[in-house]
Amino acid sequence: MASNDAGGEGAAARRAPEGPGWLVVAATFVGETSILAGQAAWLAMRGKFSLRETIRQMAAMGVDSIPIIMLTCAATGSVLAFYVADVLVRFGGAGFVGGMIALSFLLELGPVLAGVMVAARSGAAVAAEIGSMVVTEQIDALRMMSVPPVRYLVAPRVLACILMMPICGLFADMAGIFGGLVMASTHGVTQSAFMESIRTMATHADLMKGLAKTLWFGLTIAVVACHQGLNTQRGATGVGAATTRSVVLCVVFIFVSDFFLAQVLSGASASMR
Amino acid sequence: MSELRVAGLSYSVVDRLILKGVDLEVRQGEILAVMGMSGSGKTTLLRCIAGLIKPSQGSITVDGEDIVPMTETQLNRVRLRIGLVFQYAALFDSLTVRENVGFGPLQHRTKTPAAVAELVTSLLADVGMPGTEGMLPAELSGGMRKRVGLARALANEPGLLLYDEPTSGLDPVIARTIDDLIVETRDQRGVTSVVVSHDIPSIFRIADRVAMIDQGVIVETGTPTELRRSSDSRVRAFVDA
Repeated sequence: MASNDAGGEGAAARRAPEGPGWLVVAATFVGETSILAGQAAWLAMRGKFSLRETIRQMAAMGVDSIPIIMLTCAATGSVLAFYVADVLVRFGGAGFVGGMIALSFLLELGPVLAGVMVAARSGAAVAAEIGSMVVTEQIDALRMMSVPPVRYLVAPRVLACILMMPICGLFADMAGIFGGLVMASTHGVTQSAFMESIRTMATHADLMKGLAKTLWFGLTIAVVACHQGLNTQRGATGVGAATTRSVVLCVVFIFVSDFFLAQVLSGASASMR
Repeated sequence: MSELRVAGLSYSVVDRLILKGVDLEVRQGEILAVMGMSGSGKTTLLRCIAGLIKPSQGSITVDGEDIVPMTETQLNRVRLRIGLVFQYAALFDSLTVRENVGFGPLQHRTKTPAAVAELVTSLLADVGMPGTEGMLPAELSGGMRKRVGLARALANEPGLLLYDEPTSGLDPVIARTIDDLIVETRDQRGVTSVVVSHDIPSIFRIADRVAMIDQGVIVETGTPTELRRSSDSRVRAFVDA
């Protein structure tokens, strides 16, 4: 990590990769983020973090993101219902509309859209905030006061994001299903048929699978955003670059890890059956 | 009061050597000014002394302890005795002046919140900033920020204070105030001080001894009078400029 960088080691790191450079960069990234996550987890387990800062971050990263998550998911739920209801009603499958929309949101759209919105809104804010602190020497000031930046900045953000993501996911599911319900009702699907379809097709396990994904997304967003912020270089331009990288990496990791999580969680529930 | 010894200190970045075997000694309660042109390695030297970057060679001894081989955790213990006043103050944007100054003692729980509040009031009065407790850094001028930065550095009661370009970007009157504060801080608290600067009038006003650094090498060390009389062309070029 470049928090102890005078512009020197970072420059060395940028020049170093030769040959399979991307492999070195990828391995360094994985190593550094794993260490950061480990350190944050260790501090959290020992209670060595600011509770006040964690609560502040829970509000900033989670609660403040809920309106925009709900808006996005309600819109997506409506659009989904618009297409699904149109087709299913035509082929006599009106009784499946609610269940299909609910399953789509509980298993996939709710967690992923909530993750993307939190990454775009809060992850970017975290990377920009920490990045600005790096370039204005505030991170060095923390170190000079013997306050480890991981303890003061990273641990509260990681903890807050992990705790708030399932709640954001829950609101995403509710808004998406509600948006679907409203749109489906304009296509001849009654409210009771919609709800009955959900009761028939969706289970608590589906909800839990989706919420389990959000825990991983929360960890990914907070760790990647903090890592990018701490590795900011070259002034204001660097802050912008770190913020952009943070959002791009978080979104990519959410989609890629979602693919694997879907397999793992489906496998886990199949083996339980 | 602390004692600082730097021996054979080198620092390199990729293939560029920034510090080349720097030797320095700062006695207890002394103000040593390190002067040199931009890019001469002054700030890098200060960051090495603060333990913010690791030198490639040499030793830095603070009160008999070599900090170079120390881990970050070990350095945290030593840094409690070192204060650094940053060039642009590096105050925490989101915290008030009160929270900035009291940050260290509150984080380390070395004092009760009431005692910290009292300490903050007294430190702000000492640096000529009474009544600014509730202000945010964005509401302060450059000179005010530096004074708050000094108050924050003093809150942990350091034995060694490092100043990075304390008068840069300030008008002569405010610069003079900062100079007076540096000397007062040493006189009242007995703090050993290292001041990195290229402000010649300021250096000669406050320093007990001056070290001239040029391209990563200490070319001369002596009292301000000795430096003024130096025959070294690099020192002459800088002092007479």
